[in-house]
Amino acid sequence: MTIPHISIDTILLFTMVAAALWTVMGRSLLKATIGLAITSAIISILMFRLNSPLAAVFELSVCTGLITVVFVSTISLTKPLTHKEIVELSKERHKRFGYLPIIIIVTAIVLTLIKIRNNVAVAPGADITADVRQVMWNIRHLDMFGQILIIIAGALGVVILFEERKRDEW
Amino acid sequence: MSGESWQSFLTFGFFIVLTFVCGAYCLLVTRNMIRAIIGLELLIKAVTLLIIVVGHVTGRVALTQALVITIIVIEVVVTVIAGGIALRVFRHNNSLYIGDLNKLKG
Repeated sequence: MTIPHISIDTILLFTMVAAALWTVMGRSLLKATIGLAITSAIISILMFRLNSPLAAVFELSVCTGLITVVFVSTISLTKPLTHKEIVELSKERHKRFGYLPIIIIVTAIVLTLIKIRNNVAVAPGADITADVRQVMWNIRHLDMFGQILIIIAGALGVVILFEERKRDEW
Repeated sequence: MSGESWQSFLTFGFFIVLTFVCGAYCLLVTRNMIRAIIGLELLIKAVTLLIIVVGHVTGRVALTQALVITIIVIEVVVTVIAGGIALRVFRHNNSLYIGDLNKLKG
């Protein structure tokens, strides 16, 4: 009996899908947030393995760290459910989310059956050997401008959303 | 594209599609606002990984990394704003149920 060759990437990808499934199927919101953080951490490991260290560092620090903190803060500021509500909701959730593993299995079977031909031609480009910093600051500098605008818009949005009103003006 | 790169792309693509399906299903089925944001996050993560894989198999790692960094910045801002909106809605309606948002009608 021969053991099929399974690479580390395949194991990581399988774990990523399992973590995503756990995130969606999990009963508690906190567990879903932890599942999302695990998915994000696995994606950042895959990015390191795909020679994209800068994107991996961003993914690890921002998506795994900051977004998890944002979610946990939001969940902690909302009221926890009572035991009765949890029981009622889990029955309803079981009905709605119970189909997901079946859908995943069917999608996997369909994807396995589809034969895609390798007729993709890679167009020649000038930035194949370029450094990521060079691309960001010289070629895609408008993206940087857009990022700054988005961060300012986000900061203003947070200020407006979280400001305490003295009286109900609306 | 070389055979090895193509095979790598197909393997990654297979699992990326499955992750995307998880996120899409969560977004479609859930009625909780925070869980909807989590579904959106899963979708963005699947797309981010796909862009990195495409960069790896085509040899344009630098360009795809720059794009992914931009996507991550947008993702964070969207998540923070959506989380803030969910919190405000909770304080207003005392519920995170999406069905309670019909008071915006009119």
